[in-house]
Amino acid sequence: MTITEKIIANHAGRERVTPGDNVWIDVDVLMTHDVCGPPTIQIFKREFGETAQVWDKNKLVIMPDHYIFTTNHHANRNVDILRDFAAEQTLPHFYDVGTDRYKGVCHIGLAEEGFNRPGITLFGTDSHTCTSGAFGLFSTGVGNTDAALIMGTGKIWVKVPETMRFVFEGALPPYLMAKDLILAIIGDIGCDGGTYRTMEFDGEAVYDLDMQERMTLCNMAIEGGAKNGIIAPDEVTFEYVRQRTSEAFEPVYGDADARFHSERVYDVSTMEPIVAKPHSPDNKATVSEVAGTKLDRAYVGSCTGGKLEDFQAAARILRGQEVAVETYIVPATTEIARQLHEVTLGGDTLYDIFINAGCQIGKSSCAACLGGPPDTFGRTHNTEVVISTTNRNFPGRMGSKQASVYLASPLTVAASACTGVITDPREVLV
Amino acid sequence: MKEIIRGLAYVVGNNIDTDQIIPAEHLVYSLTKPDERRLYGRFALCGVPVAEQGLPYGERPFTQPDAYKSEYTIVIGGTNFGCGSSREHAPFALQEAGCEAVVAESYARIFYRNSVDGGFVVPFESRTRLVDKIRTGDDVEIDTKLAQLTNHTTGEVFLLNPLGDVADILKAGNVFEYARQAGLMPS
Repeated sequence: MTITEKIIANHAGRERVTPGDNVWIDVDVLMTHDVCGPPTIQIFKREFGETAQVWDKNKLVIMPDHYIFTTNHHANRNVDILRDFAAEQTLPHFYDVGTDRYKGVCHIGLAEEGFNRPGITLFGTDSHTCTSGAFGLFSTGVGNTDAALIMGTGKIWVKVPETMRFVFEGALPPYLMAKDLILAIIGDIGCDGGTYRTMEFDGEAVYDLDMQERMTLCNMAIEGGAKNGIIAPDEVTFEYVRQRTSEAFEPVYGDADARFHSERVYDVSTMEPIVAKPHSPDNKATVSEVAGTKLDRAYVGSCTGGKLEDFQAAARILRGQEVAVETYIVPATTEIARQLHEVTLGGDTLYDIFINAGCQIGKSSCAACLGGPPDTFGRTHNTEVVISTTNRNFPGRMGSKQASVYLASPLTVAASACTGVITDPREVLV
Repeated sequence: MKEIIRGLAYVVGNNIDTDQIIPAEHLVYSLTKPDERRLYGRFALCGVPVAEQGLPYGERPFTQPDAYKSEYTIVIGGTNFGCGSSREHAPFALQEAGCEAVVAESYARIFYRNSVDGGFVVPFESRTRLVDKIRTGDDVEIDTKLAQLTNHTTGEVFLLNPLGDVADILKAGNVFEYARQAGLMPS
């Protein structure tokens, strides 16, 4: 069996499972946020009763993150609904807005708070819940109805997916990042090429990555249509997890004779920086093919592109430079926002590097990655051409249907911010 | 699930993602309060680029600007319908607009699952591409038992893939009723 098949079998109480089997499994962690939490709570109460208790309050994590810094009263009301529910159920893992506990983007918050542990099953009311698979666990996004079923029973049915294996061989050149690798895959298989399947990442270039970059790979498995992304855990994983939680975990590895749907091997030493052109994540081009495209805006943020390492990469290029287009910086979590003030490059903090370059820095949340209410930081309103480290560029994704969004690595975004046109990071990296 | 679903068809293309089905700025409304939930019907499919709204014509909104209900009952799509986010608001918005079924060449799995588990719309897979064979406004009928679609406007009949395992959940109404009937949840 593959890692994914084994984790599902362990949680279904079975010796083995085979792709295509429908099984009911136990859920170790359920995560929800301000957009899908309120309707999930309403369905939970409708089906299990007004006074029903959640199946296990230690396994439910609520991280409001989508529409936080807005005057939209409906959005603010949704956070109130979460607040009332957390109080009523005395939930220990509620990360409330306006308190020291507030985290920001849930997928990164789950990692920082130690909920991502190898071998477990983790579900969330967000398609990018697949991010957590970077820790060698089974994680996927579900709707409100499925989340409400988990809230009441701790169980859910899953169809066991086939696994597609992606192997990255060689040493990653300094101008490439995990974003380039995953955009290459999505371009190659199409944005439905992984539908109903697992994307498993392997190879020395993957194990050379730290957890943040591994999360970038798994985050965008859903952009290939996949059910989950997964990377076998190693010492890098264990060290990150041990720093974040004292809870025990049992790593799971695939068998030597595991069967895969398919295998693709990439030699990273010959790969180039990649973008996804408007209006689909699979609309692949090399940066050199679109170099010179005029831009109105650059954006570094989100679960997939707003981690410390993403900002360190952007700072390598932006240090001592001035941006040529409006450039937005949104740290995914409050921990990363603090790190911007602490982590230095050449004697300057990342925060100062971005401010001196003329960037605008926003508060930790999903912000303009998915548009949101009109007063959302960095949201498009017109025909802007944007280069962004986020994960989707479908029409209207960042707010305006008329805007055009290019997806790229933080290095490519920073290089392009400096020139105002799409620019290969190799031209500016020294 | 009804045995016969009949009404006007609304045709869209490939990769209709959940931001096109219900743009993120509208996700703030309550799904239970009647005066708010009807807004999901008003804004259903409003994120589809105007030139591609209601193929082959374009510029035909799914729901008229001041209305809460759509005149269309069956949405015909291409490949990867419902890709993108996990928002259950997407099949909910289609249902709230009055849509009863979607017939697409293929689906993104979370949208498909949400449609079934919440009992919002019946998601049929077509065996061939219907986007070029059915026009927005055609009078179409799905026989859910036979898994077949009849275009009464042209007289053509198309086979659909049987619903398979998920038919039991759709027949029960939603995943909760299914789980109760299967003894997985107390009645």
